[in-house]
Amino acid sequence: MDRKLLLEHIGVEGIQTHDVYRKQGGYKAVEKALKSMSPDDIVEEVKKSGLRGRGGAGFPTGMKWSFIAKPEGVPRHLLCNADESEPGTFKDRYLMEKIPHLLIEGMILSSYALGCNQSYIYIRGEYMYVLQILEKAIAEAYANGWLGKNIKGSGFDLDLAVSTGAGAYICGEETALIESLEGKRGNPRIKPPFPAVKGLWGRPTVVNNVETIAAVVPIVNEGGDAYAQIGIGRSTGTKLISASGNINKPGVYEITMGITVEEFIYSDTYCGGMKNGKKLKACVPGGSSVPILPHYLVCKTAAGEDRLMSYESLSDGGFATGSMLGSGGFIVYDEDQCIVRNTWNFSRFYHHESCGQCSPCREGTGWMEKVLHRLEYGHGKMEDIDLLWDIQRKIEGNTICPLGDAAAWPVAAAIRHFREEFEWHVNEPKLCTTKNYGLVTEKKFEPVNA
Amino acid sequence: MSETNPKFKVTIDGVEVEVDPGTTILNAARLIGGDVVPPAMCYYSSLQGSGGKCRTCLVEVSKGSEKDPRPMPKLVASCSTPIMDGMEVKNKSSEKVMDARAGVVEMLLINHPLDCPVCDQAGECHLQDLAYEHGKSTTRYEFERRTFDKVDIGEYIKLHMTRCILCYRCVYTANQLTDKREHGVLKRGDAAEIGTFIEKNLKNEFIGNVIDVCPVGALTDKTFRFRSRVWYTKPMDAHRDCKCCSGKAVVWMIGDEVARVTARKDQYGEVKEFICNECRFEKKDKSDWTIEGPRHIDRSSVISANHYEVEAPSHTPLLNKA
Repeated sequence: MDRKLLLEHIGVEGIQTHDVYRKQGGYKAVEKALKSMSPDDIVEEVKKSGLRGRGGAGFPTGMKWSFIAKPEGVPRHLLCNADESEPGTFKDRYLMEKIPHLLIEGMILSSYALGCNQSYIYIRGEYMYVLQILEKAIAEAYANGWLGKNIKGSGFDLDLAVSTGAGAYICGEETALIESLEGKRGNPRIKPPFPAVKGLWGRPTVVNNVETIAAVVPIVNEGGDAYAQIGIGRSTGTKLISASGNINKPGVYEITMGITVEEFIYSDTYCGGMKNGKKLKACVPGGSSVPILPHYLVCKTAAGEDRLMSYESLSDGGFATGSMLGSGGFIVYDEDQCIVRNTWNFSRFYHHESCGQCSPCREGTGWMEKVLHRLEYGHGKMEDIDLLWDIQRKIEGNTICPLGDAAAWPVAAAIRHFREEFEWHVNEPKLCTTKNYGLVTEKKFEPVNA
Repeated sequence: MSETNPKFKVTIDGVEVEVDPGTTILNAARLIGGDVVPPAMCYYSSLQGSGGKCRTCLVEVSKGSEKDPRPMPKLVASCSTPIMDGMEVKNKSSEKVMDARAGVVEMLLINHPLDCPVCDQAGECHLQDLAYEHGKSTTRYEFERRTFDKVDIGEYIKLHMTRCILCYRCVYTANQLTDKREHGVLKRGDAAEIGTFIEKNLKNEFIGNVIDVCPVGALTDKTFRFRSRVWYTKPMDAHRDCKCCSGKAVVWMIGDEVARVTARKDQYGEVKEFICNECRFEKKDKSDWTIEGPRHIDRSSVISANHYEVEAPSHTPLLNKA
């Protein structure tokens, strides 16, 4: 069940260097593509593979690529979105840090498929040391003829550059990323026009996540059909999951889509169960933006079926009883944790990261944070819970970019599933400042395996 | 409607209108006029790139187009969404829109100081009008509002960031006037503020127009600050020979004295012909100007409360409904 496509050689000594990577079969896909495949063949393979964007939205990559406008004489660009800043997500960093040449190989293949001769990796400012690793790897790739003019005699030119952000979560939104790369303030653009038509410097542009681009390498190597065999339904292939929270083995895991959530949390191959034998209270399966799931909805869907690690199964039941796979930032909470405090923490993040361009998000995120702070620190009122619900409702869907939604969803889900916890904070204003909700309540959680 | 130039049909709140392809929903609604026009706090027709930010002009698209009749899943900003042939739009007739708009107005007001009694913009403030129509008389916001120090932008303009709603209109104005991006937005989120980078004075001779494009009282004319309430002044259309601009302006009189000079605004508060700093700030004598007659002010405006017009000037709507 556990195929490794991206992290297969992660343990090999010196895999960061070109020579070791090459020895492990690296750049074979580039050789194959440049020799025997046309750009359209690669797009076709990616379409067949059913690969979906790994950054969070899960949009089919092949379809995204086929949308790119191809006007005569206008250069096109591929941007790699390495601005991974979602709380709970750290898979891209791991990938770039451990096996940078995989990303570069993916960039060459994707650029070739899209007909781009100048591509960029936009990396978040906090990943300065990863930037150095990438730049070293790119220099090696240039030295070995994988980048530059006339790559390996194929007539295909590609220049690859890395650009850094300055610490803004919002620059992970594709149009804000483009603005930032152009040297402007990272404000999301108003769509339409979409980047596929008018992106970087007004040229057709595709923005893909690090993991999506890396996944193109095994797709070219093994073929789109073989890739589509892995996984379940429309969730094909493997996915990197950043597991964190109260589990025995936090870290980055490559999973085959379709394993059960129960297996992921409790099996020793993956998270290794709950830390200190505590009980599972809740889980955020896809990074801080996605709705939180209470313990009874983590391993089973509302219909009583096993919940699987896949786009469809995690979102089963909509937001009422489901969540999203998102970027794969899997955060597990044990019975001692306080959901109100957690929600406040997330809210504080979105307040800090809102770009301030459109009114509902600029004002609403700050308002939610203040109300949640008040609740968490024992100054809340019963009306505050309904007020929060109303604020998030006024933000969701009314903003330019998805940051507004991302700020609203966790608050909505916390109130939906853990309302009694908010009420407890209002009723116990003294106790809630000194003790976590989880530590003082006698609430017993049903054992999940039962 | 000639055949060489195909027109798109769009229905807004049940009123049908034919417009050129590429027109936005907001501009199509303005062609109809009246109640179907969504309010706009950040969109400004003559400023390239403006719009989409304030979210007060959100509308519901109940039918995408003739070809693809599916409704749009979210409310869209009417100022930046182009119409499609056969599109059906709901503005006032949609409860969802009115609810969202009330939400946006509430958001705009939670950090606004509501110092209208001492604000020079009062009486001609778009936020005031918007709040009057869509806002509530009480607030649910119980925290300290954000405040900023007042800043001078050059000799004549005062920036009072506390009142700002970050519509970016002045940023686009300055961007179109100056080439070095001297005036922009600093910081982010609800701490974002308009600023001239490194306290730089903007020396452009048209920079005074940022005062006119500001929908609230964040940018005010220092030659007029605290001199009078606008409704005690009498607006008169006037012109003068100016080497720099069209010289067409509105002079706001107190008795025989010119209290202030602004550009002429249309019914949506937009200036079509910008005026230069000299006309705006330095020509404060009645003899500088040729007075044409009283300025038409909408009857519903507080400014028209104390004076009657001598003659109704020609103020044609953009399109006469046949």
